[in-house]
Amino acid sequence: MKPVIEISGLRKSYGAFQAVKGLSLTINQGEIFAILGPNGAGKTTTVEILEGFRAADSGKISVLGVDPAIKGKAALAWRNRIGIVLQSTQDTDDLSALEAVTHFASYYSNPRDPHEVLALVGLSDKSNNRARALSGGQRRRLDVALGIVGHPELLFLDEPTTGFDPEARRAFWQLIKQLRDEGTTILLTTHYLDEAEELADRVAVMNNGEIIEISTPALLGGRDSAKAIITWREGGAIKSIESDTPTQFLISLAERFGGEVPELTIRRPSLEDVYLSMIGMSGIGVGE
Amino acid sequence: MSNQLPGAITIGIQRGNLEIKQFFRQRESVVFTLLFPLILLAIFGSVFENTIAPGVTFSQYFVAGMIASALVNTGFQQIAIYIPIERDNGALKRLRGTPMPATSYFIGKAILVTFSMLIQVALLLAAGIAFFGVNLPTVGSKWLIFFGILISGAIVSTILGVAFSSVPKTARGASAIVSPVVIILQFFSGVFFVFTDLPQWMQQIAAIFPLKWLTQGMRSVFLPDSFATREIVGNWETGRTFAIITIWLVVGTALAIRTFKWDRD
Repeated sequence: MKPVIEISGLRKSYGAFQAVKGLSLTINQGEIFAILGPNGAGKTTTVEILEGFRAADSGKISVLGVDPAIKGKAALAWRNRIGIVLQSTQDTDDLSALEAVTHFASYYSNPRDPHEVLALVGLSDKSNNRARALSGGQRRRLDVALGIVGHPELLFLDEPTTGFDPEARRAFWQLIKQLRDEGTTILLTTHYLDEAEELADRVAVMNNGEIIEISTPALLGGRDSAKAIITWREGGAIKSIESDTPTQFLISLAERFGGEVPELTIRRPSLEDVYLSMIGMSGIGVGE
Repeated sequence: MSNQLPGAITIGIQRGNLEIKQFFRQRESVVFTLLFPLILLAIFGSVFENTIAPGVTFSQYFVAGMIASALVNTGFQQIAIYIPIERDNGALKRLRGTPMPATSYFIGKAILVTFSMLIQVALLLAAGIAFFGVNLPTVGSKWLIFFGILISGAIVSTILGVAFSSVPKTARGASAIVSPVVIILQFFSGVFFVFTDLPQWMQQIAAIFPLKWLTQGMRSVFLPDSFATREIVGNWETGRTFAIITIWLVVGTALAIRTFKWDRD
């Protein structure tokens, strides 16, 4: 696999505060990579350094083979190959979706067709509406349209689905997967654990300026081998145990009730449970 | 696949078109930038109808000042208010994330200023000729000075607007900081009052800034030459006017390049 982003020993401080403390990371071509972490973990600083918006104090950084701190014409050639979707903005309010996408297309050497981009993000029937008149979710899809109109090899997505309704989120996830399947590498920062689980090929959990773990969503924090949590109702109260052998326990439970167990659930720790325990918040039932 | 990026000028012209489109779709900007000076002209021109020198009414004096002010309104004021808004609403950061050259952004702004400035000057001139007894210059040399002041004034005003755009910290603060600066300068520079009637300290402060010189330059175009003897030094000081504008051009460019910020923080 070809690395698209390579970071080693990245450090960044603001005064006495160390925002990023020696971070190392490789992201490969064609993967969706999610960075998770609480506010102040250093996610935004890291991503903004990769986007070339901030300078690192030290460390080796390569994004598409280029140091993002690059200046001048070479910087424009580099920006021609990346797409950035920042948190929501109101700057296109007075333009129609089509006008905005058509205009941004004119910045790139090999843009997608604006109509095609709008179809891709599901805004074809809104293409002549002013951005001001779009809903929160539609506006966000316009942001993505502006981010991908240049045919980027690497796409940065910052909190892409904030304010979406569930249906719009599903449609959006489909779009992101489609971009990945076409070979676009995607770096995603999100607060939604279900989004990371659905989309990410790999996730990194950051806290206090460091990466705690990099893994696939299924294996993060030893999730696959963690104990299962079984809950049921007995004697008017909800009971719960953790078990390495949930099937065996369930058989004995079913025998005790002589059939159906009231309000039975068996679950593995969710990505959210694992994540919360990793960043030191209360999680349930994660292995030692 | 072509790897050739579009040129900075091509993109700049696209940006100019976009800026003009956005300008006309924002009712506030149309009213504030284009209509407000006309309203001022109507009020001041009608209230002060007195004659200030043989063959020169205050209205004529005022129209010359308002045409000079148009350069400050559409350049300095518009740019210094609008860039902080674009910095605050994320427009600048989004642009910086694309391969758009910074030059193209400023070409776009220059096109917007040129366009709105020409409209405003045309409107003021038309109103001045129709209602306030302003006459167009009849000799070529006056036209030369007119266009010289118009072009150099618009450029210096825009560049100073870019430089000043780093002063307001937020979009909301921008018009609260920029508008009073412009209005005070207009009072000091002999737009609302006859310059020679102002206290000396005001005249001296005004003489530091370009507006006083732009105003005087426009008077030299639109008032009879006999009026020159009533200026501070008894002539139009055309050479000094262009010298001072040039100095501000150099200072403003250096400041704008050093202080321009794409980001809020």
